[in-house]
Amino acid sequence: MLKIENLNKSFGDNHVLKDVNLDINKGEIVMITGESGVGKTTLIRCLCGLEEYDAGKVLFLEDGEESQNKSIGLVSQSFDLFPHFNVMKNITYALIKVKKYKKEDAVKKAKELVDLLGLSGLEDYYQYQLSGGQKQRVAIARALAMEPQYLCFDEPTSALDYKLRDSVGEIIKTVASRGTGVIVITHDREFARKYANRVYELGA
Amino acid sequence: MDYIIEVMPFMLSGLKTTLWVFAVTAIFSIPLGVVVCLMRLSKIRIISFLTKIYILIMRGTPLMLQITFIFFGLPIMGIVLNREIAAAIAFILNYAAYFAEIFRGGINSIDEGQFEAAKVLKLSKATTYFGIILPQVIKIVFPSVANELITLVKDTALVYVLGLGDILRAAKTLSNKDASLVPLIIAGGAYLIIIGILTFVLRKIEDKFEYYR
Ligand SMILES: Nc1ncnc2c1ncn2[C@@H]1O[C@H](COP(=O)(O)OP(=O)(O)OP(=O)(O)O)[C@@H](O)[C@H]1O
Ligand SMILES: [Mg+2]
Repeated sequence: MLKIENLNKSFGDNHVLKDVNLDINKGEIVMITGESGVGKTTLIRCLCGLEEYDAGKVLFLEDGEESQNKSIGLVSQSFDLFPHFNVMKNITYALIKVKKYKKEDAVKKAKELVDLLGLSGLEDYYQYQLSGGQKQRVAIARALAMEPQYLCFDEPTSALDYKLRDSVGEIIKTVASRGTGVIVITHDREFARKYANRVYELGA
Repeated sequence: MDYIIEVMPFMLSGLKTTLWVFAVTAIFSIPLGVVVCLMRLSKIRIISFLTKIYILIMRGTPLMLQITFIFFGLPIMGIVLNREIAAAIAFILNYAAYFAEIFRGGINSIDEGQFEAAKVLKLSKATTYFGIILPQVIKIVFPSVANELITLVKDTALVYVLGLGDILRAAKTLSNKDASLVPLIIAGGAYLIIIGILTFVLRKIEDKFEYYR
C-alpha cells in the first residue's frame, strides 16, 4: 500500500497541499479529481520524488511494514519520451542501465509490452513519427518495463478522442489487474465513473 | 604563372601556420569549453561566479588584446612563453569561452521533462547526462559550433601581432615587396578552399544527426 500521511507542500506563500491523506492499494485504481490549480500534479510529483514536500509522509508499505521497494512510475502529460531513441530503446534503456538487463532480455521484455500496448510495427519509430496516443502508449510501456509497484498518470485522457479514451482506460485496468496500484489524475467524470475503484477529490 | 610558383613556398609556410593554429585551437577549446560550461552551471557559487568573470573578459575584450597580453604581459609575472605557445593559449582560452556559452544555451534548451523522466526511471546522474542530455545538446549546438569554427579559420590571421607568419601575413609581405595583388588573391583562394572543405565536412556530420527531430 502507498500511504500518504498529512502531506503539506507550499510554493512560497501558496499553500498548495494541506494535510493530504490518501491510501492506494496495489491492484487498485484511484482517480484524483479537483479544480484546476488545486495541486493534483504537485501531489503526484511529490509521490514520484520530483518535488520536495514540506511536511508529512509518503510511505511504501508491505504487510504494514515499510518496504525497501519504493518503485513508482509516471506517465506525465507531456510523456517526455527520449527523442533521440526509437520506441524500442525508449522502453529498454532503463532496464539495461538501471536493472542491468542484458540487451536481448530487455528487448524480449519490451516486445511483450509492445504487444500488450498495441505498438507492434512501431519499434523503430522516433517520437516525432508517432501520434499523441502512440506516444502515450510508449510512455506507458517505458514506465511498465521497470515493473513499478505504483504507476501515476497525469490527465491521460486530456488529449485523446472518445475511442482512445476507452483504450487507455482498458490499459489502465490491465495494469491494475497485474497488481500495480494506479493513480490517475482526471477531469473526466465519465472516465472516472467507468474505470476508477475509488475517486479522491483533492481540495474538497 | 612563374611568379605564382616563385612565391608558393613562402605562401605554403604561411598556410602551415594558419592550419596549425586552427587545428590546435579547435582540438583543445571544444573540450575545455565543455568543462567551462559545467563550471559555469556549477551549484557552487564561487566557481560559477569566477567562471562568469572569465567568460565576460574573454568575450568582452578583443582577441588581439588577449594574445598581446599573454605574450607581453605574462613575462612581467615571470611566465615566459614562446610565440607559438602564447598564441595557442590565447586562442584556446578565448574560443573555450565562446563554446562554453554555446553549450550552456544548448543545455538550457533541453526540456526539464527529459531530466524528470530520467529521474523517475532511476537513471544515474552520469547516465542521464551522457546518455540522454548530451546527445541532444550536441545536435542542438552543432550549427553554432560549426559557425564558430569557420570564424576561427579567419581569426587565425591575428597571430601576426606576435610576428608569426600566417598566410595572410605572407601575402601582405609579398604584395608590398612585389607591388602585386596576386599573393592576396592566392591567400583569398586558400581561405575559400579551407572553409569550403570545412563546411562540407561539418555539413556531413550535421546530416548524421538528422535521424530524429
Ligand atoms: N514549480 C512551481 N513553482 C511555483 N508554483 C507552482 C509550481 N508548480 C505548481 N505551482 C502552483 O501550485 C498550484 C498547483 O499546481 P498543480 O499543477 O499541481 O495544479 P493541478 O491541480 O495539477 O492543475 P491542473 O488541473 O490545471 O493541471 C498552482 O497554483 C501552481 O501555480
Ligand atoms: Mg495538473
